[in-house]
Amino acid sequence: MRDPAAALSPGVVYTETVVYSAPEAYVNDAPYQIAIVTLDQGPRVTARILGERVSIGDRVSFAEYRQGVPYFRKRAD
Amino acid sequence: MRPVAVVAIGKTAFGAFPDRDLRSLAVEAGRKCLEDGRITPAQVEAFFLGNFAGPSFVGQNHLAPYVASGLDIEGVPATRVEAACASGGSAFFHAFSAVAAGLYDLVLVVGVEKMTSQPTPKVTEILASAGDLAGEVKAGATFPALFAMIARRHMYQYGTRREDLAAVAVKNHANGAKNPYAHMRKVITLEQALAGKPVADPLSVYDCSMISDGAAAVLLAPLERASAFTDKPVRVLGIAQTSDRVALDEKPDITTFPAIRKAAEKAYRMAGVGPADIEFAEVHDCFTIAEIIATEDLGFVRPGEGGPYCSQGCTARDGAKPVNASGGLKAKGHPVGATGAGQICDVVAQIRGQAGELQLERHSLGLAQNLGGSGATGVVTILSAV
Repeated sequence: MRDPAAALSPGVVYTETVVYSAPEAYVNDAPYQIAIVTLDQGPRVTARILGERVSIGDRVSFAEYRQGVPYFRKRAD
Repeated sequence: MRPVAVVAIGKTAFGAFPDRDLRSLAVEAGRKCLEDGRITPAQVEAFFLGNFAGPSFVGQNHLAPYVASGLDIEGVPATRVEAACASGGSAFFHAFSAVAAGLYDLVLVVGVEKMTSQPTPKVTEILASAGDLAGEVKAGATFPALFAMIARRHMYQYGTRREDLAAVAVKNHANGAKNPYAHMRKVITLEQALAGKPVADPLSVYDCSMISDGAAAVLLAPLERASAFTDKPVRVLGIAQTSDRVALDEKPDITTFPAIRKAAEKAYRMAGVGPADIEFAEVHDCFTIAEIIATEDLGFVRPGEGGPYCSQGCTARDGAKPVNASGGLKAKGHPVGATGAGQICDVVAQIRGQAGELQLERHSLGLAQNLGGSGATGVVTILSAV
């Protein structure tokens, strides 16, 4: 198990979707993008994407945790 | 292990029934099944209830004896089986196991779900509880979102087209339009399917099965006693249930469901048949991409070929291998716990030659495939004429 507070390495988008029909807890966030990211460290995580939309194969970097959920954003390089 | 037959079936229509509660739906399907088998409730030796989330959808627990007593079945083991969207198939698997092992002769399975009493965001949340709450669900994944991510990856790896997904919806709506038990009896065009309201990209409303109420029931007996209950017994030729990881981000390749691959392998081996022998199938199209992957995991085509297989008409009613001639979950509706039992009913009706307007030309060897969650439970059943 990874330490839930530790910063995550950058990674690559394995798959993604933009959610329009949200569960009750996230209705106000919709539409939002989530992605499964393959971390350079090895494992995959399901994360929220901040800012610009990403596609499969895009490099992303870890931004922050919000209530235990990792947020990533597209890398500039 | 002794040979087992399905000797009776019964189901309710699937749809939104504001005046019906969970128990009345389950009892209706169960009664019809007992009548079909010409047996009394006192003859039932064990009862299995397939139900995903009755406690969350309607607040009722201890559901198996609750439903059984509504059927006047008392004093026998009454057990609820929960395996997400494969609850009905799993209940059937456990009933089969008990009869095959010789524990009981007459075992009744009822699958039921009552979903439409909750608003859609709440239903979405309850369905999501079949995923990994600590990871993917916390991040905002819904079931459509999980299957949308599966679809995206399948499109990326294999070149599956948006139109291939839509072709599944068009076919299943066309089939469902003939089915008097279906929730949605409406033919749609490819253009309509492609222009649906987005749910989770690339999936639109036309790629998603419906939120429905409904129940289905199946009665199992040893093959040697089957003729006492029916003129047309249907043999359970092969069956298997297997498990896999719940979280999508823990699977090495999300474009295939290993639980289905393994269950299919085992069921084919037990039945002594292969994918090419199967004449028709009812598969778990909770989302259009799931039907495409099912045809690959069941070995009808190779990985990545499921999209064109449907688009080219191979799985249509008049195709080489009809898939979801009933309309599938897409058109029939998907009352989660009822779905697996309903698929068995549909395959049995075809084999008996009693499928009405849905009747297929070749109908002596059929397969039902029931998927739980985003692939953590797989049940594959092969049924044949006797």
